[in-house]
Parts: sequence; C-alpha cells; structure tokens
Amino acid sequence: MNIVVCIKQVPDTNEVKIDPKTGRLIREGVPSIINPDDKAGLEAALRLKDSQGAHVTAVSMGPPQADTALREALAMGADEAVLITDRAFGGADTWATAHTLAAALKTIPYDLIITGRQAIDGDTAQVGPQIAENLHIPNISYAEELKVEGEYVTVKRQFEDRYHILRAKMPCLITALSELNEPRYMTPQGIFDAYREKQVKTLTRKDLDVKDGDIGLKGSPTRVIQTFTKSPKAAGTLVNNLTSEEAAEYLLDKMKEKFII
Amino acid sequence: MNIQEYQGVYVFVQQVDGKVAGVSHELLGKGKELAQKMGTQVTAVLLGSGVAGLAGDLASYGADRIVLVDNPDLKLYSTRPYAYAMCSVIEKYKPAVVLYGATAIGRDLAPRVAARIRTGLTADCTKLDVADDGTKNLQMTRPAFGGNIMATIICPDYRPQMATVRPGVMQKIKPVAGAKAPVEKLDVVIPESEKDVQILDVVRKESHKMDIQDAKVLVSGGRGMGKPENFKLLEGLAKALGGTVSSSRAAVDAGWVEKDLQVGQTGKTVRPNLYLACGISGAIQHLAGMEESDVILAINKDEGAPIFEVADYGVVGDALKIVPILTEKVKAAIAARNK
Amino acid sequence: MDFTLSKEQEMARTLFRDFAEKEVKPYAQELDEEERFPSEALEKLRKYKFMGIPYPKEWGGAGCDNLTYTICIEEISKVCATTSTMLSAHESLGTWPIYKFGTQQQKEKYLKKLCTGEYLGAFALTEPNAGTDSSAQQTRAVPEGDHYVLNGSKIFITNGGYADTYIVFAMTDKSKGNHGISAFIVEKNFPGFTFGKKEKKMGIRGSATRELIFENCIVPKENLLGQEGKGFPIAMMTLDGGRIGIAAQALGIAEGALNETIKYVKERKQFGRPLAKFQNTKFEIADMATKIQAAQYLTYRAAIAKDTQKSCSLEAAMAKLYCASTAMDVTTRCVQLHGGYGYTREYPVERMMRDAKITEIYEGTSEVQKMVISKYALK
Repeated sequence: MNIVVCIKQVPDTNEVKIDPKTGRLIREGVPSIINPDDKAGLEAALRLKDSQGAHVTAVSMGPPQADTALREALAMGADEAVLITDRAFGGADTWATAHTLAAALKTIPYDLIITGRQAIDGDTAQVGPQIAENLHIPNISYAEELKVEGEYVTVKRQFEDRYHILRAKMPCLITALSELNEPRYMTPQGIFDAYREKQVKTLTRKDLDVKDGDIGLKGSPTRVIQTFTKSPKAAGTLVNNLTSEEAAEYLLDKMKEKFII
Repeated sequence: MNIQEYQGVYVFVQQVDGKVAGVSHELLGKGKELAQKMGTQVTAVLLGSGVAGLAGDLASYGADRIVLVDNPDLKLYSTRPYAYAMCSVIEKYKPAVVLYGATAIGRDLAPRVAARIRTGLTADCTKLDVADDGTKNLQMTRPAFGGNIMATIICPDYRPQMATVRPGVMQKIKPVAGAKAPVEKLDVVIPESEKDVQILDVVRKESHKMDIQDAKVLVSGGRGMGKPENFKLLEGLAKALGGTVSSSRAAVDAGWVEKDLQVGQTGKTVRPNLYLACGISGAIQHLAGMEESDVILAINKDEGAPIFEVADYGVVGDALKIVPILTEKVKAAIAARNK
Repeated sequence: MDFTLSKEQEMARTLFRDFAEKEVKPYAQELDEEERFPSEALEKLRKYKFMGIPYPKEWGGAGCDNLTYTICIEEISKVCATTSTMLSAHESLGTWPIYKFGTQQQKEKYLKKLCTGEYLGAFALTEPNAGTDSSAQQTRAVPEGDHYVLNGSKIFITNGGYADTYIVFAMTDKSKGNHGISAFIVEKNFPGFTFGKKEKKMGIRGSATRELIFENCIVPKENLLGQEGKGFPIAMMTLDGGRIGIAAQALGIAEGALNETIKYVKERKQFGRPLAKFQNTKFEIADMATKIQAAQYLTYRAAIAKDTQKSCSLEAAMAKLYCASTAMDVTTRCVQLHGGYGYTREYPVERMMRDAKITEIYEGTSEVQKMVISKYALK
C-alpha cells in the first residue's frame, strides 16, 4: 500500500510573541516545526508501515528550508520525501496551494493520502479537502481514529457533539487531528540516514502539469489586503491584598454593578 | 466570469437531526446586514431530508428567501453529496456571497465547494464588511498565526465570495414570531459517483451540559485550580449564577475536563455576559476565545498574570478560597432580591 | 575553522532536547528524592535507540559520530544528571572496551546487545584501596583450566546491580605491576559474583553506585578482553573517552542551572524590580554564560578529537577539568542568585549543585586531569 503524507513546515506559533512596543509579531528565533496535525498524520502512516508494510512518502510544498521538515519525516521512518518548491508557487492561497499539491501528487503513486486538518499558522483547514477535490477522490476530515482493512479505510470522524464511523474505498484522502495519536520521536540513526543515505526529491514548476494562471499569487482567488495585531483591550482594575472574604465581596459588588445579578 | 451576474447573500444552513445550528441563525443575522449594504437579499440554503418544516424558523431569524434541496441522500451530512448539492445551488442562482459556519461540517464542505467551483474561500472569519470603494467586495477578517495576528482578505475576481464564519461571534437578530419567507425547491439528483463514503454509525457524545457558547455566564477554570476535583467549586458558582463551567486548554490537556468546555483559539469562542476566569493565566490563545465577553472578572494568585490585562476587574488571590465564599454570597443576594 | 554543527547534529540536538524535556525532566526531582534508578528513562532510551549512538550500525549502533553522542549526554544532563550518569557509564565505559578490543566472538555475543540497549553495561576499576592509584589493583584473577577465578571487590561502580555486563579489571600477575593487570567481561549471573551495598551519595542520588564482590567467581577464558597483562592501557584509553562524557555532563548541568536561573531572575522582583535589572545579576550571568561557552568548545573539541585523532587524552583531560570546575562554580552562583528559594528543594538548582560535585571526582579526579595535562605541557 502506498501512503503519501502532506506535511507543512510552520513556525511554532505557541512560541510567537508580540512586541509590546511596536505591536508587531516577533518571528526571529521562533523554531520551525512539522505542523502538529500533519505529524499525527505521518505517525498514522508509519504505524501502517509497521503493521502492514505500507510504503510512506512525505511531501511538502514550501521554500527550500522545508527540506528540514522532510528530513525529520525521513528520520521518523518515512521511506521517501519530496519537496515541491519554486518561486512560481509563492504567495499561493489555499486554492492555488491545493491545486499545486494535487498536480504533484498526480506524479506519485498513492492509495491513501493523509494531510493534517489545519496548519497552526494558516489555521484554514482547507487544503486537505481541496486536494481531494482536485484529484476527484473522497475525503474524510477530522479523523480521530483510523483503520485500514484491505481496500477500505474506516475512520472515526469527529464533530462537535458526536462522531460518525465512515468507510471509504481507496484511493481517498484523510485529514488527521493531532488527537489521532502520540507521534514517535526520531532516532539518532534515522537522522543520520535521513541526511547521509537518503535524498529529498525536488519538484519544480517545470515538473508539474499546471497552468501559470492556476499557481502562486496569480492563481489565488483570495488576496490579503491588510494584516494587523489585535489591540489589547484596555486594562481594567486590579485589586491586591484582600482577604478571601473581602475579595468575594468585591466581586459580588461588581456583578451587581453590571447587572449580572 | 461575469462578476455582475452574481447577486445575493446566501447562507448555508447547518441542520443536524432537524435542528438548525445556532451559527446559522447568527449568519442569517449578519447576512441580512451585509445584504442591505449590498442592496440585495439574504437567502438561506437548506439541505437535508424532510426538513421543509424548518422554513419558518429560518424566516424568523431573518431569511428573506429559502432555497430548499430536500433529498434522502442528504439526510446525514456527507462531504460529496452536500458539496454536489451546494454547487448545484450556486450554479443555478449565482450568489455574490456564500457564508458557512466554521464548524466541523462547514470547514469540510466549504473548501470542497470552493475547489470545485474555482473560487476563493476565507476561513474562520470574525468580521465581515462590505467595501465602500465602489466594488462592494466582501471584506473578510480572520485570525491567523495561532491568533496572534488578524488578516483582512478579499476575493475580487471570482464569485461567489465564500467564507466560513466562527460560531459565537456574529449576532442573531431577535427572532420575529410568525415570519414567513418564500421557499424555492431545487431538485437535485446526486450521482452515484458522489456517494462514495458509507456512514456506518452515528454516535452522540453524552452531554447534558449547556453548550458553553449558549451560556450567558461562564465560570472558567485553568491550571490554577490545582486538581480536577476543584472544578466542583466552579460548578457550584456557575449553578448559582445560572451559567455553566468552561475551561482553558491546560485543564483539558491535563484530562481534568472534556474538550467541549475548552475556550480559546483551538477551543470555542464565547461571548457571555460574564466570564469569570479562575486560576487561568491568560495565554494569548485563551484570550482569543473570550475577550469579547461583556464583563470579564479574574482571580489569580499571580499579579503578573496576563489575564488581568483583559479583565475589567481582577482580584489577586486564591480562587480555591474565594469561589466558595462568593458562591454563598451570590445565593444570598439572589434570595434577597427574590423576596 | 567552522564552529557550526552539521545539519544532522543540529537535528539530533533538537531530538535530544525534546526527549530530555518530555521524558526525563518530569522524573528528575523524584529520582533524587527517592534515590531511585531511572528505569522509565532507560526504557525510553532503549526504545528510541539512544544506547549505542556512536557505534556502527552493523553492531546495532546508530552509526553517528562521537560529537552527536556527546550532545546527547549534554542535553540530558541539563535536566537530570542521574539519568545521564547511567547512560554515559553504559555507552562510554561499558560498551567501548568491547567495541575496541573485543574478539569477533565477544562482539557477537555482547556488543550488539549493548548497542541496542538490550544489555546495560558497566565498568569496574575502582577498589577500596585503588582510587586515583588505580594500578594498585588487589582483585586477583587466577587461570584454572578453561576459566579464571576472580577474588576481590570493587566499589563505587555505576549501574552496579542493574547492568548485565561488567568490564572488570584484575591482577593476573602481581609481579609485573601495571603490566600484570587484565580486563574481563563479567556477566551478572556468573557464579561467585554478588553485589554489596548501594552507596548513599551527595548527588546523582538516583544513580546505582554499588560494591561488586567476587568470591571465587568463575569467568570463562573466552571472556578475557584483550591480552593478558594489557588491561591497564584498556582502562586508561576507555577513561579518556569517558572523560568527554563527563565533561558533557558537567557542561549540561551548568547549562541547565543557568537556564533555570535566567527564568527566575526575570520573574522574581525585589525592591520593585526584577532581579535581572540589577547589575550584579547581569554581571553574574555574563560570567557564567562565557565560562559555559568556553566549556562547550573544549568539550566539542575533545569529542571531535576522539573520532579524528589517534589520541584524545589531552583534549579530554582539559575538557573534563574545565567543565567540572565550571559546573561547580555556575551551580553555586545559581543557588546564590535564587536566594532562599534556591536552597529549598522546590527549585532544582540545589540538586544541580549537589550533582555537579561528582564531575570533579569520578573518572579521574581534577587532580588526575592536571597530571595528564602537565605531562603534555611540560614535554
């Protein structure tokens, strides 16, 4: 069975801070990681490799430094890695990104494609389903559990207050939640092999069957016109050095003032 | 694509088991406001099986018109049949805008539709406006980078302009009893090739709790509560105030409470009248989910805790001691008022 | 001279750091309080194949270089010196002699199991009367037919009781002095081999430090490691490599203490300001950061020398000497910067200070390192 896992290298947004003086995002020194939902997807694929001998290819669309994320995937146990990179792909929104990824995936054999539900920088959750649409295959999103039996994939699909048990025939695409599993660590040998024994294959614009009007900034139907950091809400009143009794009385007063009670 | 051909604000109505989701009511409210600015109407798009009876509900929440696709294949949500039906609606009626709730359904359906139609989709919007530069383009604002920045996005050259909208942010209108709106039925036959995912089982999660997004009062606990048993103190206070308990991500990750109580960037956004944060430090990911609350009160041992920067009133102290005392005072105050 | 690590080494550092934070740090205080052996960490170290990092893949190792292994010890030591003691005693002292001096049969029997972590290794040189004067070995090994009979005892042996194999040094010919010492691979269950008391220590309290007792212990002839009488050079060369591990350990302890202290001085306020705003704090931090940087370069230099030079004795001795003294100095200053809180066990710095001391003592005291260095310097 061939499994292709789409991963994205993202800044660790939990570590990103806002400069209190300028109100701007501080991006320097923020480590790059494999997006957590994607890492869970990769782990799911590696478990299928362990249990069923699946062949796992990690794929990423990004700038040249995304190579590191793919090496990490190899170090965790992926068999192959492909980097889709070209200046022409830059500035893409989710439509153009999914279109480009789909074009790349058409050149790689797959039975199952796994993506993460959403990336912690873009937060859209759109690319997975859009890749599936481009490839005309079914997609099951928000996978909390995943099983492969023969030609079928069975998924526990999460909703807010319930779940569905869904079954689809491969080829199909699954988007993984980070709740799906606890990803394994790399091994020291895996890391050295990833850099010394294995290659990251590169696909550029000329390797893909796409039109210029469908990729990168040009191919993006949406456009960002402004970004800003949220202005912090005006600070309120803070009281200190009250006994617990006094503190409770203070809070009760405020609730009455604001007509909560 | 002739942009001028596309008119109207359409709202995908999410219904499960014949009940309309709160976010759809919110979108009808917002949709109406946008439609007025665009000089057009707001249409509710209702997909399902045997759901015609919901028309009245949609009208009372502001729908000027309803497009109904009633088909047994749409009884339960499934990606491709729903996407096929939505695309049929869009192809026939050519709306300028389509809004979806950013739910586990909307965030799966809308991208599939956007890819098929080849148009732009903006995710998780918290603000929608109409541009006043003559284009009347929809301006969609959303958080990114884990909630650290906001981005405003437009889809100038493609139609419809689509957005998924965060639940709990837009305002529903006050429902108008007995309102009526014309219903147009669209017959759609879903091809076999679209019905490629089998639904083997549907399991509801056991929950008799009020949804935190519907609560007017939230008593919220974080890591500072110390251990799961202490959440009972919060339950006591919430009950006295007629609200419910919510939590920060830390308490969910520690396994103290269920994820449906989580407020924050990867949890739910809430706008209660009162948000009382107990033992919550106020990491930016949490603030993203509750800072629009009307009144924010906070109790924390650490006077440097970031939560105090958004709280209207903050007390430095031990929530474990203060909450039980506060609960008794609240009960007494309410009893006194009711005499 | 390129001071940057390779991409593999950087990624390995990220792995070790992550692992140390998530799998080792949560137990550190408990292991110290309860004087408990780090079994949880050992299980994970085995699972993720950290037990044979610098050894070739054909023997079940990870096929990495010595610098990568050194970084592993450094990162783990930042959070728990007990755990890194167990790992470095196994990997540097317990495994290397078999890798370097073992026969094909010995390697097939023991090396793979040690590199994969199936076996835990240990090294037994020190005796009650042979510490710094390690050539004063009293444990005797007498040949008898197809085996040797060992009699004597060893003390302060790391991983004692838990290890499966022990590199034991014994006198086979007292008349030849240093040239009469031989090395043996002794398995835990050889008849006549028992364990004595476990030491109660100032620091690295979770590390199993035990007495080994040999009473007519039967060791098969095939378990003689290297040639008879060549045990002393085996011990000395092994210790050269081991010293790099201890340098890395001391370095990690110092770095861990400094990291904790930087966090603390940014938060703790006195006289209306965080401690970090006071010049004394700033100057202390500057001093410590500089010493640690120098210590790191000496350590990495020694690690690279082990892979690229015929002998790394000088580099290893300098690294261990300097890192150990840096660890003592830095941890002491860190406790001081924490004030009263630093003296309590609620904060980790007092443990780090107690842990640091051993690095000036074991695997050759700082005085021994000076003996080695001066020998080269005075040539």
